[in-house]
Amino acid sequence: MITGFTPVQSLFGGTLIGLSSVLLMLTLGRIMGATGILAGILSPASREDWLWRVVLVAGMATGPVVLLLATGTMPEVQVPISRTMLIVGGVLVGVGVTFGAGCTSGHGVCGLARLSPRSLAATVTFMVFTAITVFVLRHVVGG
Amino acid sequence: MKLIAIYLIGVIFGIGIALSGMANPAKVLNFFDVAGTWDPSLILVMGGALVVTFIGYRLVLPRQVPLFGQRFFLPTSRVIDLKLLGGSAVFGIGWGMTGFCPGGALPALGTGVADVFVFCAAMLVGLLIGKAGLAALTQANSGNVPFKT
Repeated sequence: MITGFTPVQSLFGGTLIGLSSVLLMLTLGRIMGATGILAGILSPASREDWLWRVVLVAGMATGPVVLLLATGTMPEVQVPISRTMLIVGGVLVGVGVTFGAGCTSGHGVCGLARLSPRSLAATVTFMVFTAITVFVLRHVVGG
Repeated sequence: MKLIAIYLIGVIFGIGIALSGMANPAKVLNFFDVAGTWDPSLILVMGGALVVTFIGYRLVLPRQVPLFGQRFFLPTSRVIDLKLLGGSAVFGIGWGMTGFCPGGALPALGTGVADVFVFCAAMLVGLLIGKAGLAALTQANSGNVPFKT
């Protein structure tokens, strides 16, 4: 499935991701990492700690709706894989980010912005493994 | 007041993710498919996010405390071990299979597309398995530092 290069939207979107990361640090002193935020919802330290995380995730899910209202079109979510693959991959993502203590947002943006060697190691590792997986599934197995 | 601010921060993140294409697996997978239908858009997402966060953190972190909190919660672990690298590798395999990462999938829930809910449910199962596995591992080598987010 071909998708078009969207430099303007992607750069602007990236800027907004950065802005929200900075604002979360400014207000709560927290890293904008989806893994850490979810982990805290599953095992909250307190009711208050649970609440801000749920509110933040609710805000995240509101993002596409705001874009729908502003532009008249819902952002595209195209899933070019089977249900089975989606479920197995989803479980692997959950297990992986828990052991790796972070994902694209936590390590790839916030961690790299803090020049954390740990986040750099994690980011390089998951980017390489993602690329290998895509290559194998699309050009070796799926050939 | 505090929760309204947090909600709006979530909205900004969600708009950023959706606008950038990170919520769209087809686009994410194409970014990694250099040998096929390559779409370089995501380099601009990470680049843009990183530059803004890098500069913004330098303005925010010299503060004594955050606006609504007593302290900054910054990861202190410096260990690069098998847990970090192995976990990241497994995450990469899952990301490469699905095109969804956690930060991309959460905002995507707002589109109402059924596949996103399926992915998130599977990811939650994975998070719980990971949590149990990590607890078992920590107990096995009780000298290790426990998982910290």
